[in-house]
Amino acid sequence: MRARPISPHLTIYRMSRYSLLSSITNRITGVILSVGLLVLIYWLMAVAGGNRPYLQAHTVLSSGFFKIIYAGLLAAFCYHLVAGIRHLVWDTGRGLERAQSKRSAAIVLAATIVLAAALGYWLFLAAGRAS
Amino acid sequence: MKSLRSPLGQVAGLGSAKNGVHHWWLQRLTSVALVPLTVWFTISLLSLPSLDHVTVVAWMAQSWTALLLILLVLVATWHSQLGVRVVVEDYVHTTGLRTLTLVILTFVHAFLAVAGVFAILKVAFGGAA
Repeated sequence: MRARPISPHLTIYRMSRYSLLSSITNRITGVILSVGLLVLIYWLMAVAGGNRPYLQAHTVLSSGFFKIIYAGLLAAFCYHLVAGIRHLVWDTGRGLERAQSKRSAAIVLAATIVLAAALGYWLFLAAGRAS
Repeated sequence: MKSLRSPLGQVAGLGSAKNGVHHWWLQRLTSVALVPLTVWFTISLLSLPSLDHVTVVAWMAQSWTALLLILLVLVATWHSQLGVRVVVEDYVHTTGLRTLTLVILTFVHAFLAVAGVFAILKVAFGGAA
């Protein structure tokens, strides 16, 4: 049988295209957030485990290594949230023209940076949560 | 009425299985739900005065917190399962390896969903004090 069509062919497109770059970034951040689910469930299980297991988990989760993970998850979350909303707008049939899509890609990037900076400030500086 | 599908396509079982839009629709439905849920979770977690056990348990034991957290865990694991499924289907081209990866990912997501809901319920019903 002839090979059925597969997608997406990452290697045959020019990566400078905004839409492709933002599309693959949305996938990558989605996968990162899937891994982040492990951290969330580990934390929830630790809370349910009682005081002592929670203290042990808290020590692990406040290590420097995990601070880097939180920074990555935070950035991934912000991008995936904003880019996801862009996808939902597309699903209504709006904003699909090339110029509009280029502009919304720029808006997504700007909104991600602003949101990540705000949440990062709150998490790491104002609340001191990661300590 | 004569079928529009080619004889070979019919025999090989190619073409519509009448559920093409199902996955797409669930992906959208879960993403719409996750917008308020994740925003709520981030803001409430960051608003807690501290992350020590007593504070977190007191927060998690509130009915609304527990309810929204359960929804978050279920919808997030569902959305994640739908998402990684497409990624695996797109990039893993060896049939056996692809099936195995999908099976493992489905089991992991089911485990995460059940573990998360179990943990929240245990705290909500006072089992973690």
